[in-house]
Amino acid sequence: MAPRTAGSLTGYLAGEAGRGGALSPPSQRIAGGSGGSSPRGGKPGGSGGSPPRANTARIRGLSRRFGDRLVLDNLDLDIAPGEFIALIGRSGSGKSTLLRALAGLDREVTGELEVNGTAAVAFQEPRLLPWRRVRDNVSLGLRTAGAAGVARSALDEVGLAARADAWPLTLSGGEAQRAALARALVREPSLLLLDEPFSALDALTRITMHRLVLRLWAHHEPAVLLVTHDVDEALALADRVLVLADGQIGYSGRIDVPRPRDRDHPDLTGLRTRLLTELGVASEGN
Amino acid sequence: MLGETPTGVLSTQRASPAPTRPAREAGAAPAASRPAPAAVAAPATAGLTHRRRRNRAWYRVISPLVFLAAWQFVSASGLVSQQKLPSPSTVFHTAVTLITTNSAAYGTLQSAMLVSLERVAIGFAVGGAAGLILAVIAGLSRLGENSVDPLMQMLRTLPLFGLIPVFIIWFGIGDLPKILLIALGAAIPLYLNTFSGIRNVDSKLAEAGTTLGLNRTEMIRHVILPGALPQILVGLRQSLGVAWLALVVAEQINANAGLGFMISQATQFLRNDVILVALLVYCVLGLLTDALVRLLERRALAWRRGLLEA
Repeated sequence: MAPRTAGSLTGYLAGEAGRGGALSPPSQRIAGGSGGSSPRGGKPGGSGGSPPRANTARIRGLSRRFGDRLVLDNLDLDIAPGEFIALIGRSGSGKSTLLRALAGLDREVTGELEVNGTAAVAFQEPRLLPWRRVRDNVSLGLRTAGAAGVARSALDEVGLAARADAWPLTLSGGEAQRAALARALVREPSLLLLDEPFSALDALTRITMHRLVLRLWAHHEPAVLLVTHDVDEALALADRVLVLADGQIGYSGRIDVPRPRDRDHPDLTGLRTRLLTELGVASEGN
Repeated sequence: MLGETPTGVLSTQRASPAPTRPAREAGAAPAASRPAPAAVAAPATAGLTHRRRRNRAWYRVISPLVFLAAWQFVSASGLVSQQKLPSPSTVFHTAVTLITTNSAAYGTLQSAMLVSLERVAIGFAVGGAAGLILAVIAGLSRLGENSVDPLMQMLRTLPLFGLIPVFIIWFGIGDLPKILLIALGAAIPLYLNTFSGIRNVDSKLAEAGTTLGLNRTEMIRHVILPGALPQILVGLRQSLGVAWLALVVAEQINANAGLGFMISQATQFLRNDVILVALLVYCVLGLLTDALVRLLERRALAWRRGLLEA
């Protein structure tokens, strides 16, 4: 399997043997990126040169080139267990590229990348299989016994139990996105990757979804990497906001304001100004 | 809904915006209560579309009836000789006679039909399976595409019926060349549609499948083939059409049984009524197999009804 960035279907099935591998240096280690649970190295207390308290994800010197454009340039990032990170950046800054690398969808990145445990993704579009009912979409790929029960309780958790037998095409945008969240959660991921999952929703639904994500996060305690272009969304949800610029983490800001957060909290307004500066003026001001 | 005529299917689609509108307005209500308003609104509008559909079905019967009446008049009144154009009533009587009596020249209609049906069934099964398998091979890998597709594209341009003399030289005059001709004709549309169906599966879904940890077999079973199914079914219907066409042509050459044999016998005896009966049987059989695929379509693509209702 050699998933490629520019969605060619055969790439997901047969792939061109060796292409992805040839471009990736031997130092790249991707563990459990696509649902496999075989963390290599970085086990807690393991000997593989990893810190005693293993990070959920550890990225060192990650680069990704599209043609002659270097989208990720020697990027370093650690994601602590249970940490909620929001990744913002201008469009084309490589936010999604970084997320895809963490999801194991991009094998042409170079550098070191480790994910401990499993990663699950919720995309901008729900990407439910339209020919499987909602509950079968949620349990898709689960190999554990009692997958149906797990799916049912996950749907219950996101408030979609009543629509378990519906066809995905009959769901509203918010419902479909909740089904996609349930599908990600049944895998009990240690890293939940959210690729602008709320950007296509209306403002009211988005607020509901923010609350839902925080609740699910508190309950399941995965580390979360939320890619977003919405500064307020980042401020409302994250422990840490990262700004991706010039292929690297250009700015990293902690938020210690307890949730639910008041939009006008002085810490947040200050950080908002800072983030907007980082996003808007950074490239021109430099 | 399942036992609908083709007309009914068409009008359901055209009439569908009406029942959906209340559902969409209800979308502002909390998500959980959405199905209820839709269900309340359904009976009233459904009754309306039902009536409208029945009306339209009735209108559609008029022109064929007028045509039949004109035909009956033209040949019964002697305007055109009965031998050249037998009247509908004559054709009907001939059909009854062909079914009830086992004549030396034609045998019975049903035995001829069975022979033809068997040819088309075997030919279609062989050709359809080959087209499907080759398309899956070509669709799922670059290597498969590069090795299979050029050959299929070459075959596609080959004039099917131009092959008849060659097939007779190669395979004789028995059933084999007929079945092979049907198989070849049926394989091409199914191949082309399945191949493009597989290639047009949304790669974003395949990507989602990867993140869910699907292996190759699961990916094909749960993502690729279901995604290609709508177009595979289109190919199936086209293939059936070509199969019947190939049967008609192949059967009229050196056949000693079947509907085609009946037609060539009747040609020698100048029995246009028998020819018309045989042609009508072809029509009915073609329509029946098409209806079968439609039924299959409605079952297999039930998830798409969401598209019409949502």
